[in-house]
Amino acid sequence: MRLSAIRDILQCEVLVGEDSLSMEVETVVASDGMSEILAFAHPGALMITGLTHIQSIRIADIVNVRAVIYVRGKRPDQKAIDLARQHNLPVLTTRLGMFDTCGILHAAGLKAGI
Amino acid sequence: MAQELLRKTYRVHGGDFDKAGEKAAEIKQVLRDLGLDPSLVHRSVIVAFEAEMNVVMYAFEGTVTLALTEEEIKLEIADEGPGIEDIELALTEGFSTATDEMREMGFGFGMGLPNIRKNADEFRLVSEVGVGTTVFATVRLDSNA
Repeated sequence: MRLSAIRDILQCEVLVGEDSLSMEVETVVASDGMSEILAFAHPGALMITGLTHIQSIRIADIVNVRAVIYVRGKRPDQKAIDLARQHNLPVLTTRLGMFDTCGILHAAGLKAGI
Repeated sequence: MAQELLRKTYRVHGGDFDKAGEKAAEIKQVLRDLGLDPSLVHRSVIVAFEAEMNVVMYAFEGTVTLALTEEEIKLEIADEGPGIEDIELALTEGFSTATDEMREMGFGFGMGLPNIRKNADEFRLVSEVGVGTTVFATVRLDSNA
């Protein structure tokens, strides 16, 4: 599924990577546990989390996820945004909660990347 | 003992949460630039990241050393800190002494040391209470766990 389509169904705001929305993602890792994402994320997955600390971007880079979506309307600070830009990592935010975000993506055919 | 092809040591400061993980990211770049197998790089970087986070969360000062031989990637993370009283307990998945601040950042699930052990082919932890802790981890180049 294209990131642009995901943006549309989750009504996301794009914070980083407006020009990278044509990329495809097939799997999702969703967690607020950073060690859990480190331990289980598949490279190439879409990462969904409610934690916006700069560590979320570092971990996204370390496990090679393709993009990050923050739920519950969370927004990372400028340092995290700058780091994401440095790594060419698209970052989006949705007002939806974790449950609805995952439900919508699951119904759209995305699979677990954990 | 196989000859070392590369050795790099990075300093890590306890409590510096904004920079935590930066050294692991540098190690990832170094290993990737060497053209090593991505799954070996992935496992090594998870080891480096979790160990670096532990230094930031629990210790005062520390170092992360990366060494490469023709046979293995070696990581040695040494800190000056409170040390670990009960190593077996610390290695138990789910056990954590993390503070609320660390948990709010998504750490403190009791997965750090187990994650290191799971991703390393060889793992050793030496600790002295009141002095510090050193983690030795090796990822063999011919392994593919």
